[in-house]
Amino acid sequence: MLAARNLRKSYGPHVAVDGVSFDIARGETIGLLGPNGAGKTTTVSMISGLLRPDSGEVLIDGRAVTGDTDSIKHKIGLVPQDLALYDELPARDNLEFFGALYNLAGARLKRAADEALDLVGLTDRAKDKVSDFSGGMKRRLNLAAALMHDPDLLLLDEPTVGVDPQSRNAIFENLETLKKRGKTLLYTTHYMEEAERLCDRLVVIDHGKVIANDTLHGLYKLLPVTNILSIELENPECGLRLAEVRAFAAVQSAELEAGILRIGVQNLAADAPAVLQWLVSNGYPYSHVVSDRPDLETVFLTLTGRSLRDS
Amino acid sequence: MMIPLVALIRKDLRLFLGDRRAVIMSFLAPILIGAFFGYVFGGNGKRETSRIEVLMVDQDGSAISRGILTDLQASKSLSVKPAELAAAREAVRKGTATVAVVVPKDFGAAAGKAFFQPVDKPEIGVLYDPSHSAEQNMVQGILTGSVMQIVSKEVFNGPTGSTVVTDSLAQIAASQKMKPEDKAPLQDLLKSVQKFNARPKTETSGGGQGGLSVPYQIREEAVTARTGQEYNAYAHSFGGMSIQFILFMGIDVGIGMLLMRQRGLWKRLRAAPLSRSLLLGSRAISAALTSMLILAVVFSAARLLFGVRIEGSLAGFVGVCLAFSIMTASFGLLVASLGKTPDATRGLSILATLVMLMLSGAWVPAFLFPQWMQSATMFIPTRWAMDGLDAMTWRGLGFSAALGPIGALLLSAAIFGAIAVSRFRWEAEG
Ligand SMILES: Nc1ncnc2c1ncn2[C@@H]1O[C@H](COP(=O)(O)OP(=O)(O)OP(=O)(O)O)[C@@H](O)[C@H]1O
Ligand SMILES: [Mg+2]
Repeated sequence: MLAARNLRKSYGPHVAVDGVSFDIARGETIGLLGPNGAGKTTTVSMISGLLRPDSGEVLIDGRAVTGDTDSIKHKIGLVPQDLALYDELPARDNLEFFGALYNLAGARLKRAADEALDLVGLTDRAKDKVSDFSGGMKRRLNLAAALMHDPDLLLLDEPTVGVDPQSRNAIFENLETLKKRGKTLLYTTHYMEEAERLCDRLVVIDHGKVIANDTLHGLYKLLPVTNILSIELENPECGLRLAEVRAFAAVQSAELEAGILRIGVQNLAADAPAVLQWLVSNGYPYSHVVSDRPDLETVFLTLTGRSLRDS
Repeated sequence: MMIPLVALIRKDLRLFLGDRRAVIMSFLAPILIGAFFGYVFGGNGKRETSRIEVLMVDQDGSAISRGILTDLQASKSLSVKPAELAAAREAVRKGTATVAVVVPKDFGAAAGKAFFQPVDKPEIGVLYDPSHSAEQNMVQGILTGSVMQIVSKEVFNGPTGSTVVTDSLAQIAASQKMKPEDKAPLQDLLKSVQKFNARPKTETSGGGQGGLSVPYQIREEAVTARTGQEYNAYAHSFGGMSIQFILFMGIDVGIGMLLMRQRGLWKRLRAAPLSRSLLLGSRAISAALTSMLILAVVFSAARLLFGVRIEGSLAGFVGVCLAFSIMTASFGLLVASLGKTPDATRGLSILATLVMLMLSGAWVPAFLFPQWMQSATMFIPTRWAMDGLDAMTWRGLGFSAALGPIGALLLSAAIFGAIAVSRFRWEAEG
């Protein structure tokens, strides 16, 4: 569906995107992840034809976009990072305006607006001005405006930024619906948990470069541990020495904090029973055990050596 | 192609008409300020021009001095009231009267004598407010005519006349200085006057009515659209104010495009399969339509409220309006392409526009400018708009007089448009 080939863009001496390449198959949902200023928006702008790359190319269904009026633009729906809506116009009129830009008129236009409003759950607010909407409602309408011409590929640039948990959930449900309908989604975010929930594959970029491009499963395999066992000890003052725990070959990492022992293992089924057995037989009983995957936050930390939020 | 174009234009017009501030600024402000300037600069000609306040101090009390007072009071340019010297001086000093005329004692008799002999001319004092020297000159002119007429009438007809003539004859006979060959013809003249004065007076006898008078009358006619049609200051002021507020609207168009860029709307427009000429063209068309609408509303109001009419060619008027609207549209695009942030751009472009308006005669008519400034401002497009509107409204000129302004406005529209398109930032950066 989409191929980005070695995209490069600089603003003066500053290189914003530095040789980004990736592919998206039809129906796939890709997460484009990276900290602030990583070059996500710049990449999306080049894909949607708003920005001419200094070098490299974008292929939609194997074909480069030629010129402003190329009909291949009908296949792309862009949800900008900013709320790109006319505050002074009612919700429906906004949608109909954006639909008309794609040559929709009459009954087709009406139907497209009805469907888009229905999908994002704003049908009963269709006549209200956007300026009267809450932040979450505006975000939902911002998404709906990109759906009017029924594009195959949706480019979503941080569609949930600055939104309360309830609206965020609503938007996620909308995106899952679109995914089920077979749309191809490129989802830009710097929230790892969002990408985890929605995406089939993740492209992580930092300083304008792709630093990872894999499925969730594949990314986890990059990590030294795939599971973390959190074991709540019955007696926090039991005098357990971490060196003893680390002596196990299967234990990749071990930490003890406030009576909770955290152990990283590569193979949960093979390694966990031995460790738990050892604890009981050496006089360290426990009351509660939880197993966790490391989150993408940890993935990013492992890949870059920096935390995602404060880089 | 047509669907997006119509949608873009419709959206622009809806946003404009839905914006209360924009509507007040574009329709109400030019009407209110146009009415104000029109009133101050002379209204629609039906209003009486204000008379010059004159006080007359009559220290003589003779038939002649009373005659002068009556004659001055009949002048339609003056409002003349009798007064005492001290009060008159005070009134002029305070500015409540513009001029005071002082006719001294024995003026009548002395003036009669001086009429024939260039000796001992009596003086008339004229006290005037130095900030109104033009009015002072006008009063003196009217006074000269008046005195001439009244004195000569008295000399040839009245009782003072016979005394004066008799006295003069005696003086001439007694005179040592006069040569005998000069005395004889003057004595003949005065004796003829005596005879003329003594003749029986009938109502029908022609020359007997008045004295000498200024041998002409002035028929004033301001040269405007047609005879009997007077200069309508409202026509100029409404034109000027439409131009001003339409240019402000043009600035708003440019700022609006910068805001669209800032708000990410520009991304949506660029992501859609629309050509660049459609994007800029639609904005230009909606701006020009808005401008035409403002002109139509403002000039309709001027017609209804103040009787401003298109005395000249209607086609020429529409042509000038259209050319000016197109110029405004490309001016808006120019603002959008040269501007960076909306706020900084607004301040700068309003300043530039105000200077342009001032020099174009939108506030004070350009014919009041010094000559060099009148020629220098020909490079300013709004000057042509102003002249074009003036020509088609109160000057009442034909279509050919609109061609110059239309050409100049279209030329500047083309120049603005070319700069705007070449400097326009098409990319929608992140
Ligand atoms: N118009 C511009 N002029 C100059 N530099 C720019 C411009 N737009 C973006 N940049 C720079 O390019 C880099 C990438 O910006 P970009 O907006 O693509 O980042 P991002 O990953 O989308 O960040 P965020 O999460 O904050 O949206 C940043 O360093 C930014 O400062
Ligand atoms: Mg961004």
